[in-house]
Amino acid sequence: MKGYRKYFLNKLGWFLVTFVFAFILNFTLPRLMPGDPVAAIVSRLAQGMSNATGVQAIYQQYADLFGTNKPIIEQFFLYVRNVAQGNFGFSFSQYPRPVADVLASSIWWTVCLQFPAIIVGWLIGNTLGALAAYLRGGFDKVLMPISIFVSNLPQFGMAIILLVVFSITLKWFPVAGGYGFDLMPSFSWEFIWSVIKHYQLPFFSIVLIAIGGQAIGMRSMSIYELNADYVKYARFLGIKDRKIIGYVFRNVMLPQITGLALSLGTMIGGALVAEIVFSYPGLGYTLLNGISGQDYPLISASTMIVTVMVLVANFVIEILYGLIDPRIKAAQAD
Amino acid sequence: MKHTLQQVFRSGKFQLGFVIFTTIILTVIIYPMIITDPPLSIIGQGTFFPPGIYVSTYDAVNSPTTYTLNLRDAAAKRIANRLSKEDRLAMQEWLLADGVPASEIDINDTGKLLALWETKYDPKAKVEGMTFARQRYFQRVNASIQGIMSTEGFTLGVKNPESGVLEETGTINQSDFVNINQVPNVRFLVLGTDNFGRDVLTELISATRVSLMIGFIAGLIATLIGLTLGLLAGYIGGLVDDIIMFVTNLFTVIPSFVLLILISFSIGQEQRGAVTVAIVIGFTSWVWTARAVRAQVVSLRNRDHVNLSKLSGHSIVHIILTDILPYIASYVVMALILQISSGILAEASLSILGLGPKTTEVPTLGLMMNWAMIYQAHVQGSWWAYFPVLLTIALITFSMNLMNTGLDQVFNPALRD
Repeated sequence: MKGYRKYFLNKLGWFLVTFVFAFILNFTLPRLMPGDPVAAIVSRLAQGMSNATGVQAIYQQYADLFGTNKPIIEQFFLYVRNVAQGNFGFSFSQYPRPVADVLASSIWWTVCLQFPAIIVGWLIGNTLGALAAYLRGGFDKVLMPISIFVSNLPQFGMAIILLVVFSITLKWFPVAGGYGFDLMPSFSWEFIWSVIKHYQLPFFSIVLIAIGGQAIGMRSMSIYELNADYVKYARFLGIKDRKIIGYVFRNVMLPQITGLALSLGTMIGGALVAEIVFSYPGLGYTLLNGISGQDYPLISASTMIVTVMVLVANFVIEILYGLIDPRIKAAQAD
Repeated sequence: MKHTLQQVFRSGKFQLGFVIFTTIILTVIIYPMIITDPPLSIIGQGTFFPPGIYVSTYDAVNSPTTYTLNLRDAAAKRIANRLSKEDRLAMQEWLLADGVPASEIDINDTGKLLALWETKYDPKAKVEGMTFARQRYFQRVNASIQGIMSTEGFTLGVKNPESGVLEETGTINQSDFVNINQVPNVRFLVLGTDNFGRDVLTELISATRVSLMIGFIAGLIATLIGLTLGLLAGYIGGLVDDIIMFVTNLFTVIPSFVLLILISFSIGQEQRGAVTVAIVIGFTSWVWTARAVRAQVVSLRNRDHVNLSKLSGHSIVHIILTDILPYIASYVVMALILQISSGILAEASLSILGLGPKTTEVPTLGLMMNWAMIYQAHVQGSWWAYFPVLLTIALITFSMNLMNTGLDQVFNPALRD
């Protein structure tokens, strides 16, 4: 177990380093934005006020409240301390709502939508890809062009097509939102049923794209592996095809797991945009609101959450990978 | 080199991708030569005019020669076109109330419906349980139907500028026609207009050009950075390798999409031109190329021919250019193709989030998508505002990936069919 511990600590160290780096980026970049967001809020609040000193006083008060009049280094440490207590400051565009509150109402929509969808898409895609490589012939000829085309559609494109076909034309699914407009979030059957109805289309749009991309990768991997020497040797020995396929599959899965870890960021990014198409009340929509409202505390926090989601998912996958792949232990033990 | 190219062009996938891609490029180059309208000029007053041929009514009425064509089904077509859905439903309602069996009424068959209406409808008839107001409503429906069915023409009148009296200048009969070639103002809007009233096709072609440019700039920058860092890290090794790999690993895990959002936002709306966006995309997507190039260079570094070159005293630059680059060239080209297509997608995603190039200068595919989404084109059924854009994006990325797969099959024989 010693080798594995070393692996684990190494990965944990990396996780922390990237986290700190991502945190700094997420804090600094949005604050470099030109223009003064506080001035925008004040001008909105002080509409019709002619008293210049009054406006000045309001500006001063908000600048103090948001801490924008302090040097950026000081703001940073203040921000670190607040975030550690779960306080992301106030949202500029939805003031006086705190950012943490805005995020708390959107993050679960995204988490519950994207992770199941990506995992399901990954599983189906890999199965289809492996089948295409093994069966070849007609199945492969049909599946591959479709997969290539589907995986080249942007996520939002797939979302729009599904939305137009199934919601607007066929009216099988609702057009927008995470639940019915006439409902309040509650634990009633009616609400849950509405959530399920709104869930399906965004879910399938993410799953389909994931299937396309994974199937292509899995197919090339499997073809490559099926031609490997050990497979030929096993065939010479007369080992049953089924058993060989089992070995091949296990070997091919390993790079696919790494592949999942590495493509997770892109997938989540695309899915966030797809959420916007469905007006799904998740992080994508929050981000859109933040951008259109020049609301950098909100943007900072939502991109931070997305980054942390990706980092954690990556970390989990890598830890699992270490458990699955015996070579990791062997390599670390040297 | 020649042999390789021949081999590449023999791959069916590459051919297909190449043909699609060249068609797109040629369209983008040739179309603006023929139709020179500025792509962002607003021609339509109103949103989302459907595709079709638009004929100036004024010019058609004032056409120097009118022709009389006695077409047999002209009247029927005219009536079918002008009888609105509500009128048809109202007629159905009355007929049902009058006791006509539902199976005999077909509201889509105009001729039958009108014949039935003619025989059955009686303005004085009292239908059981129908209010007076409702009866008046049906009388009005009947009047409008009679109006549609009239065979009278229109009288043209012009106001006398001095007395203000309307003076008759001519009549238009129902059998009057003009030849469309003699109408001076006809505009064929192949894809209708968008939410601002711009010609979608002209805008789309211009947007495709800008998006391709963004993709190329982003792809070139990403590939150059990736190639340079990969070569340095792989060939020099040691501390340089450690530092470059540290940075690369960092940016592998931090999603490039997040970086893209943050940087684009911090640049601000005013400074974001198409080229700036392209540069930002390029600077956030070099990671993959760098990793892959490094891995390849590490495996090449200790090959015999490289060692021989070192022993012969060639400089590092010479070794990299002649002994290493040719071996990874095929890979770099493939990576470049992928970078271009993902650059185009990245621009589109950014624009949908409202972080695309500023909206006043040039259209891009992403901006067109963004406008269509904001104005709810997909909910309104204005397919021409978003579907051609999606199709163009998909065709560009599809063709580039096909070329990439084709190249892959040529250079990786294990993947060949």
